[in-house]
Amino acid sequence: MKIFVCVKQVPGVSEIKIDPKTNTLVREGVESVINPNDRNAIELALTLKEKHGAEVLVLSMGPPQAEEILRESIAMGADKGFLLTDRAFAGADTLATSYTLSLAIKKILKESDPEEKYLVICGAQAIDGDTGQVPPELAEELGIPQIAYVLSIELNEDKIVAERKFRAVEIVVIETKLPALISVLNDINKPRYPSMAGILKAHDNSKITYYNAQDLNADEAKIGLNGSSTEVWKIFAPERKGNRVILRGTLEEIVQQLCQNLKDDKIL
Amino acid sequence: MEFTLTEKQKMLKKITRQFAEEFIVPVARESDEKQELDDTVYQKMKEMNYFGACIPEEYGGAGLHNDTIGFGIVIEEISRADAAWGITIAVHNGVAAYPIYKYGTEDQKQEFLIDLAKGNKVGAFCLTEPNAGSDAAGVRLTAVKDGDEYVLNGTKIFATSGGIAGTLLVVAKTGEKDSRKQMTVFLVDSKTPGYSVGVKEDKMGVRASNTSELVFQDVRVPEENILGGAGEGFKMAMKILDFGRIGIAAQCVGLGQAALEASIKYANERVQFNQPIGRFQAIQWKIADMAIAIESARLFTYKAAYLHDKGEQFGMASSMAKLTASEAAMQAAHGAVQIHGGYGLMKAYPVERYFRDAKMGEIYEGTSEIQRLVIANNLLRKGA
Repeated sequence: MKIFVCVKQVPGVSEIKIDPKTNTLVREGVESVINPNDRNAIELALTLKEKHGAEVLVLSMGPPQAEEILRESIAMGADKGFLLTDRAFAGADTLATSYTLSLAIKKILKESDPEEKYLVICGAQAIDGDTGQVPPELAEELGIPQIAYVLSIELNEDKIVAERKFRAVEIVVIETKLPALISVLNDINKPRYPSMAGILKAHDNSKITYYNAQDLNADEAKIGLNGSSTEVWKIFAPERKGNRVILRGTLEEIVQQLCQNLKDDKIL
Repeated sequence: MEFTLTEKQKMLKKITRQFAEEFIVPVARESDEKQELDDTVYQKMKEMNYFGACIPEEYGGAGLHNDTIGFGIVIEEISRADAAWGITIAVHNGVAAYPIYKYGTEDQKQEFLIDLAKGNKVGAFCLTEPNAGSDAAGVRLTAVKDGDEYVLNGTKIFATSGGIAGTLLVVAKTGEKDSRKQMTVFLVDSKTPGYSVGVKEDKMGVRASNTSELVFQDVRVPEENILGGAGEGFKMAMKILDFGRIGIAAQCVGLGQAALEASIKYANERVQFNQPIGRFQAIQWKIADMAIAIESARLFTYKAAYLHDKGEQFGMASSMAKLTASEAAMQAAHGAVQIHGGYGLMKAYPVERYFRDAKMGEIYEGTSEIQRLVIANNLLRKGA
């Protein structure tokens, strides 16, 4: 079995800066990380691999620097990393992104064993764009069933049974056959840290495969800005309201400090 | 010359920092108070391969034996969270596991190294005795040959991780004459009859790190447990400590970094006279001086590590690194407490702990005075 995990590199900050001229995120001087939900996706893939045996393949579309998160995924235990990178991919919205990702998955399947069963796991949404659209669009592109917002999953031969979160409070249990795509929430597991040996292996003995538009035989009208059916008009950082104070210490000290602060502010 | 970390080193730094902030920082104060390392953290550290950081994979390690800068970075980040864990991992790797990798026979590696690298056992290097501290040649613990065994008698003190160690590197005297040429290092399993742990020291700093007295009473050790050859102990011990000091230097850099970051945060938050105290020059200069001291120490540390990996002489460089780093950590911790004012004296803030931890660094693994001696001797021997 193959497990494809789609990951995205996002800025690792709670406060984002936006370039008012280009309407894009300022990435200079900002540390990049694996999107948190995608880390859950990797963890799930690794757990399934440990239990049932599988090859875990991690894909990302992004600039060459995104190689870093593929290496980190390999350090966690993934088998291979694929970076979809090309200037022609730039400016892609979720539709163009899912199309591009689907081409890579199809290519990898075609070049190994097209009959092999597979599962695609995505994080439910990315902390930067926050749309949650790529997983369902990718499933459509691949023509496979999908279960979004998954909280737990059981794999049995070529069947999966997943609990999915529905309307915030309900849980729906869904069964489907492989191949299938699921998107996961952060409640599903706690992602592991890459071990030191894992980090060394990811740098010394692993190759990342690069795919450009040509490698994927991509239809130019369906990738990048050309292939995007949405256009960003305006983008802004959420306004920060009020000052936060974090109290530290033992429970007693925190309570004492809190009472003092409330007194100082004339609330108590 | 290249001042950029490799991608691998950057990831080691990032992951170790995240790991340390999630697991070590929250329990650091409690561990300090209980004078004990947290067992949950211990198990997690094992999974992360920190116990085998500078040991090759074939012996169960992580594989940083050729990347001492990477090893230093790992120690630095652990120490930034808790200097007690920093010293434990630095000592375990630097003066217990690594010497067995470097000087041990294949049998010794199989018997002792793998368990150390995997963290199944903790290692300790036992040199100091009541009458042999800075004067390392004053060792009195004896090892007398009896058939194909040696019988060890004597006492070691102040052994880092001594009380929790499963494998000990014991420096013993195997003859009467010139003591430097009669010293031998033995690998001793802590389960060997006659060995026992004496007093556990109640220390000022790095309190969670175990420091113990170790008693050897007719401890019989097979001849094949000699590390690096009989009579080679003194020279080898000095070389082991040369390498160990790189780890200690990194530990001090991490601790100093923690003190600096706490100070910057506090200086930006604390308001007095209607402005953050970081706007006052008295505070600014302190912070600048702390940062300079720490960055210098970091460069010294990486340079010593670099020389080691290049196979060049690094003893003097590691002394310079350890000296600079321990004094930088002390300066930073001192400044941090001062910047925090009254709060700096309180246990609710970690800088109080940093202050106590930092003082340790100027004493253990060769006092500042001994480091200066090593440096001066190196220079004078070479001549101008």
